[in-house]
Amino acid sequence: MLSYIVKRVLGMIPAILIISFITFVVIQLPPGDFVTSVQAQVAASGGGMDAATVEALRARYGLDQPMIVQYWRWIRGFPKGDFGFSLEWNAPVWDVIAERMGWTLLLSGLALVFMWVVSIPIGIYSARNQYSLGDNLFSFLGFLGLSIPDFMLALIWLVFGTLVLGIPAYGLFSPEMVDAPWSMAKFLDLLKHLWAPVVIMGVIGTAELIRIMRGSMLEVLNQQYITTARAKGLPERTVINKYAVRMAINPLISVLGMQVPKMISSSIIVGLVLSIPTIGPVFLRSLISQDMYLAGSILLFTSVLLLISNLLADLALAWVDPRIRYE
Amino acid sequence: MMSGMKHYKETADYINKMYNRQSQLDESLADQMRESEKIADATSQWRLMWRKFKRNRIAVVGGIVVLLFYLVALFGDFIAPYTLEQRMTRYSYLPPQRVYFFAGGRFQPHVYALETGRDPITLQRTYVPNPDKRIPIRFFVEGAPYKLFGLIPARRHLFGVEEGIISLFGTDGQGRDMFSRIIKGSQISLTIGLVGVALSLLIGAVLGVASGYYGGWVDNVVQRLIEIVRSFPPIPLWMALTAALPQHWSPLLIYFTITVILSLIGWTWLARQLRGKVLALREEDFIMAARLAGASDRWIIFKHLIPATFSHIIVISTLSMPSMILAESSLSFLGLGLRPPLTSWGVLLQQAQNTQVLLLYPWLMLPGVFVALSILAFNFMGDGLRDAADPYTV
Amino acid sequence: MCVACCIIDDHEKGETRMTGDNTILEVKNLTKHFPIYRGFLRRIVGNVQALNDVSFSVAKNETLGIVGESGCGKTTLIRVMMRAYEPTSGEMLFNQNGEMINIYSLNKRELKELRRHMQIIFQDPLSSLNPRKTVLEIIGEPLLIHGVARGQELKSRVSELLDMVGLSVKHLERYPNAFSGGQRQRIAIARALALQPQIVLCDEPVSALDVSIQAQIVNLLQDLQKELGLTYLFISHDLSVVEHISNRVAVMYLGSFVELAPSAELYRNPKHPYTEALLSATPIIDPDARRKRIILPGELPDPSNPPSGCKFHTRCNYAEEVCRTTVPAWEEVSPGHWTSCHLAKTLSLRGVLK
Repeated sequence: MLSYIVKRVLGMIPAILIISFITFVVIQLPPGDFVTSVQAQVAASGGGMDAATVEALRARYGLDQPMIVQYWRWIRGFPKGDFGFSLEWNAPVWDVIAERMGWTLLLSGLALVFMWVVSIPIGIYSARNQYSLGDNLFSFLGFLGLSIPDFMLALIWLVFGTLVLGIPAYGLFSPEMVDAPWSMAKFLDLLKHLWAPVVIMGVIGTAELIRIMRGSMLEVLNQQYITTARAKGLPERTVINKYAVRMAINPLISVLGMQVPKMISSSIIVGLVLSIPTIGPVFLRSLISQDMYLAGSILLFTSVLLLISNLLADLALAWVDPRIRYE
Repeated sequence: MMSGMKHYKETADYINKMYNRQSQLDESLADQMRESEKIADATSQWRLMWRKFKRNRIAVVGGIVVLLFYLVALFGDFIAPYTLEQRMTRYSYLPPQRVYFFAGGRFQPHVYALETGRDPITLQRTYVPNPDKRIPIRFFVEGAPYKLFGLIPARRHLFGVEEGIISLFGTDGQGRDMFSRIIKGSQISLTIGLVGVALSLLIGAVLGVASGYYGGWVDNVVQRLIEIVRSFPPIPLWMALTAALPQHWSPLLIYFTITVILSLIGWTWLARQLRGKVLALREEDFIMAARLAGASDRWIIFKHLIPATFSHIIVISTLSMPSMILAESSLSFLGLGLRPPLTSWGVLLQQAQNTQVLLLYPWLMLPGVFVALSILAFNFMGDGLRDAADPYTV
Repeated sequence: MCVACCIIDDHEKGETRMTGDNTILEVKNLTKHFPIYRGFLRRIVGNVQALNDVSFSVAKNETLGIVGESGCGKTTLIRVMMRAYEPTSGEMLFNQNGEMINIYSLNKRELKELRRHMQIIFQDPLSSLNPRKTVLEIIGEPLLIHGVARGQELKSRVSELLDMVGLSVKHLERYPNAFSGGQRQRIAIARALALQPQIVLCDEPVSALDVSIQAQIVNLLQDLQKELGLTYLFISHDLSVVEHISNRVAVMYLGSFVELAPSAELYRNPKHPYTEALLSATPIIDPDARRKRIILPGELPDPSNPPSGCKFHTRCNYAEEVCRTTVPAWEEVSPGHWTSCHLAKTLSLRGVLK
């Protein structure tokens, strides 16, 4: 088991190198560079930059070097936790995104928990009461949840929360709490703001998980060992909880790895709509201003997060399902 | 060779006689089976699929809605009372109007004329309907000129008013009719999904079938490629790629590049699904039989593998439509996808990005409702198709 | 090692003929190993010896039966013979107008041409018929591929073929799911005969069928053979079916032939202990027959690690020291009766026929 984990982790290194290279190429795709976009900004505000300043800027940021050199400069800092310098923020990339990554992970994690907590009981109920009113209702709601884009849900919440409920439905804190030091009041304020984006991010995934759980539960309930367990006279609760659910939950774990990128994508969009400091707003701005190390690092981090979550999902599956062997 | 065939024919009678009794027995068994299963002669796969699909009500409703959406998009210029960029500056941020169908007990659809004014405090424009002044809605009225299907010049619109304004979904800040804009937007939102799916289908089907059928290094290369593409979360990758599109490109070029970018990830799912299917099919004896009869790879792929996976291809395409529509509207909403003059539902939603504006004029969210509706319809239809897809495995 | 000439035991005339140019097919030292890959670098760590040094020949118009337990290499033999797999070594000569051609030396086009003369009937007609094609399309496929017929002509050819296998023209437009198992196998037979082959390889053609239908299909095959002058290679695990249809029978064990003889001779007077054990397990309808079933000890050895010496020694009741060390030679113990057993001359084994 341990050697399997080590092998998988080592296997991630070449993957990260390939991903980082593709990321760099993608980020370099747009014509021009950060200095061009600075020039455009200056020009837009009525100013101008002479050629010497432009060249000096380029040289200072190393933008005049060939792409491969720039790439090397970027990745050589990785082992030291140095992900380059954000030209726009005039600060190391890590300082710019560390806190935002934290919020992103927190929101994504909470959304995942929400999805599981809601979908497993509903999936079990739906499977045990197939084609009942409740089952049909849940599957309709599931379809609805599957079909409403997350940004749309966020917009609806924004309008509904503000106009109908009369609460500010955006941001993570109330305006007076933003700069306040941490206290119980601030924490409660955070919770008040946090649940809505978490639910919004979790809706689509919840709908998917309910379907998977229901399907897998139905399959398991038809297995002969369930009939045997019932025939033995085991209480129904034990049959369901100890026998059926334990097996039925495996497909849920195996899609866990696929849920994480969706959560990250969702956190970006929901963050943008609800003005929450996830990596979303920074990423969008860095793309537009061609702040390449910042944009590149964010894209890379999201991909690495995906790799890690896939690994964790595989490990969880191997841990839960004794039939899986690691070779 | 020819004489051999004659020889065969001569013997046929004899053998036929010999087996009459046995095949009668054989036959009667088969007949019973047929009757009990109520499968008529020559039931093709498609008929079985259709029969099963028809029984699924919600899926049929979904299919009809999808069809309606495309019909409206096709005749959009005729159905919309105004053109895309027609500005009625007197009526900016007009809330959706109420339509009255009866006047004095007679069917005569009309709207009320609007008295415009300004709020003395917020300085916003206000609109007060005047119940005494009815503006009848006319059908097949002359309006702004347009080209039907982009070809036939025309002036007639399905409905319209001769004075004032008819705006079922309200107007935006420049006084453009949201109803007309949503209908026009559907043309882009719904086709970008189609083109995107077609493109990912092409890449995914070719690579998926090839990697399943040939195996070996082809399979290896394709699988690694899929893994690399899959190692990026879709939205951030799409954002990075679409942000790279130069500002000065023509709308058409932007449109196609966006479809290419969207299908860049979409094909991987399709390829994986088809590969699995082909891997299973490859082991079937009828594939071996065809090969032993001298069939070439091309024959086997086009005569056996593709037809056998065709129902799956259709199901997968239907089920990928929602994610295409969703991706396009998300990107355009963020300002990274299509941009004016191309108008999709996502582009229309950009106006809703500004929180202050949205809170004052919530009807600007309406395009999003259509995004959701179209996705819902596709999901229902795709789900029904999936259940009906493989009549032989059930 | 190979069978130098071909011996036919003709049931009707009761005599043994020796012919040279009557051979339609000659298999020489055919071997097929499947490599086993393991580990990160996918190194070859061993071979599954699915087929080991198999040699035999088939005469025109005869039926050669091949029997053995599942996993003994029967299906691999057929697949290698059809060149669905390339052999590891060995050759197979096919008599084309008096000239013996090695099929493993043919290129794609020549192979396609040769396959007209050599067709196959699969075990499971459900899997061997594409469920999405009509009977016309299924039987017509080989004709279309080889450009023999198309359109109306194709239809009439297929109708003739249907007639021949006892189905009727009204079945042309039906799909396989509308037929019973026996009828499906008739369709498969019609397809195999479409190109007027000289030899048909039958891979357990009746094993998937109901017992009541099996006889019909076997009889159909026999009649078609008589009428069309076909040659069969008939593979089965069912010794009674093989006995019924075959002129000669070969017994396979762990990828090799252990015995080959005219069928009456083999069933009456087996020379290999494995054959004896197999025969002892065959049900015969004879109230007087009192037989003791020979239970083979142990399990089928792993074909990637076959026993030394005689491969059968681990389960043989008669095994002696020599069997463990030396590989027995493939020898003709009596005219037309070949076996590979050190003790063939000394043992007196029990058959099933009197």
